[in-house]
Amino acid sequence: MKVIETKDLTKRFGSFTAVNAISFDVEQGEIFGFLGANGAGKTTAMRMLCGLSKPTSGFGMVAGFDIKKDTEKIKKSIGYMSQKFALYDDLKVWENLRLFGGIYGVPEKEINPRIDRLLETLGFEKEKKTMVRDLPLGWKQKLSFSTAIFHEPKIVFLDEPTGGVDPAARRQFWELIYDAADRGITVFVTTHYMDEAEYCDRVSIMVDGKIDALDSPTKLKEKFKVQSMDDVFFQLARGAKAKE
Amino acid sequence: MEALKGLSFDVEKGEIFGVIGPDGAGKTTLFRILTTLLLADSGTAFVDGNDVIKEYKEIRKKVGYMPGRFSLYQDLSVEENLKVFASIFDTTIRENYHLIKDIYQQIEPFKKRRAGALSGGMKQKLALCCTLIHEPVVLFLDEPTTGVDPVSRKELWAMLKKLKKEGITILVSTPYMDEAGMCDRIALIQDGAFMKIDTPENIVDAYDQTLWSVKSAEMSKLLKDLRSNAEIKSCFAFGETHHVTVGNMSMEQLEKYLKDEGHTEVNIKPIKAGIEDCFMELSQAS
Repeated sequence: MKVIETKDLTKRFGSFTAVNAISFDVEQGEIFGFLGANGAGKTTAMRMLCGLSKPTSGFGMVAGFDIKKDTEKIKKSIGYMSQKFALYDDLKVWENLRLFGGIYGVPEKEINPRIDRLLETLGFEKEKKTMVRDLPLGWKQKLSFSTAIFHEPKIVFLDEPTGGVDPAARRQFWELIYDAADRGITVFVTTHYMDEAEYCDRVSIMVDGKIDALDSPTKLKEKFKVQSMDDVFFQLARGAKAKE
Repeated sequence: MEALKGLSFDVEKGEIFGVIGPDGAGKTTLFRILTTLLLADSGTAFVDGNDVIKEYKEIRKKVGYMPGRFSLYQDLSVEENLKVFASIFDTTIRENYHLIKDIYQQIEPFKKRRAGALSGGMKQKLALCCTLIHEPVVLFLDEPTTGVDPVSRKELWAMLKKLKKEGITILVSTPYMDEAGMCDRIALIQDGAFMKIDTPENIVDAYDQTLWSVKSAEMSKLLKDLRSNAEIKSCFAFGETHHVTVGNMSMEQLEKYLKDEGHTEVNIKPIKAGIEDCFMELSQAS
């Protein structure tokens, strides 16, 4: 089942075309890596998919809803996490989860049992009443991801979720992503760590507003005849710089 | 909270010295003390022979500091920003143009544009020009590559190599472990303490664990199965393979174990550690 479909999706700001007729699909349960250089149009594209920005032209469906008309329905069906975690430092761990559960309309009776189950899975029961500001960065990140998927969305959008954490925490975080995908949640993720591109089922690379490559990491490496995703990225993005 | 816990280290003239570690490790605190913007509770520090407390004015004249969030004037143009920085340090753009030429030429076509309207990559280049315009003896760059794409990161490192040739000493912090190889020496920092200071080559050579890369058709299941084997000391995902450190076991034994667990296309290879492997090993040990 396709959870994201776009056809010639375009966004212009005045005379500048930030996203130039991109077409792609994402299947349910996929981990989809959305890569590109700074300024390639990733954030603009992602904002349109999340219902935060209206496309200039083209078509897009997210979780079965039209991104031009049904933006409110889309917002209920997705989760979002960026590097700047949207957690409340002055609330305790469980209060943050309680708040997000309420905002996303998780049934009242289900919220508390779900908080307990989640904290148990994370091995985080002892920190239930800890203030978020007192948590180490790696834990904040895990909690931030957990609040983003607390309402069991169809898709979770992760915008550079792993910046700045230590190598072990970065990897533990990816294990949470795998678990979410195993449960059927589609993961749409941007990153500047090219080793993380290898963890994705498929990867798209945006260059100057267009999707220049889209395939599994293995096939992309074969196609470009290189050893790593870093080299694939470098070949595509360097081509763009040369045109500037 | 103790942000820095008794750090001692030296940097040689003309070195590129990397301070590498995650957010919250103390990198920014260290840079702010060395650039005289923050006072240490105890201990001493000298920059180019000057005491960071008594001779802070001397230090401020001769170091360049680029904080993690570029301190550009958003409402001034590219050219105006550069002029402001030059005049603060009582110099002119022309006087030290040779230092910034390579970098500035890339943003010169936009010299009338407001700094606030530049892309991230161009802001970074302008900030670096502003930091260099008074010909500093020591350059402090606090996470210049954070949030920057891999291609722009490589460009920045190429610029730093050129500055090194001009004789400028560079202290640079980064959370990206793969940038360690670009430095002459690095300090691995975690929780306010240095775990190791050495050349990247020596740090990698000193790694004393048996390290293998492991692959199979089902990578997610492989991670769990590897961790449930008692002879596997640690196991982490590393791009398209998993890295494991092993106790008393041969590669044949591990291969048999994985096949018994139902894995196909099993591939195990001994590998040389990278900086990330070393960082994780050191932080587990400490």
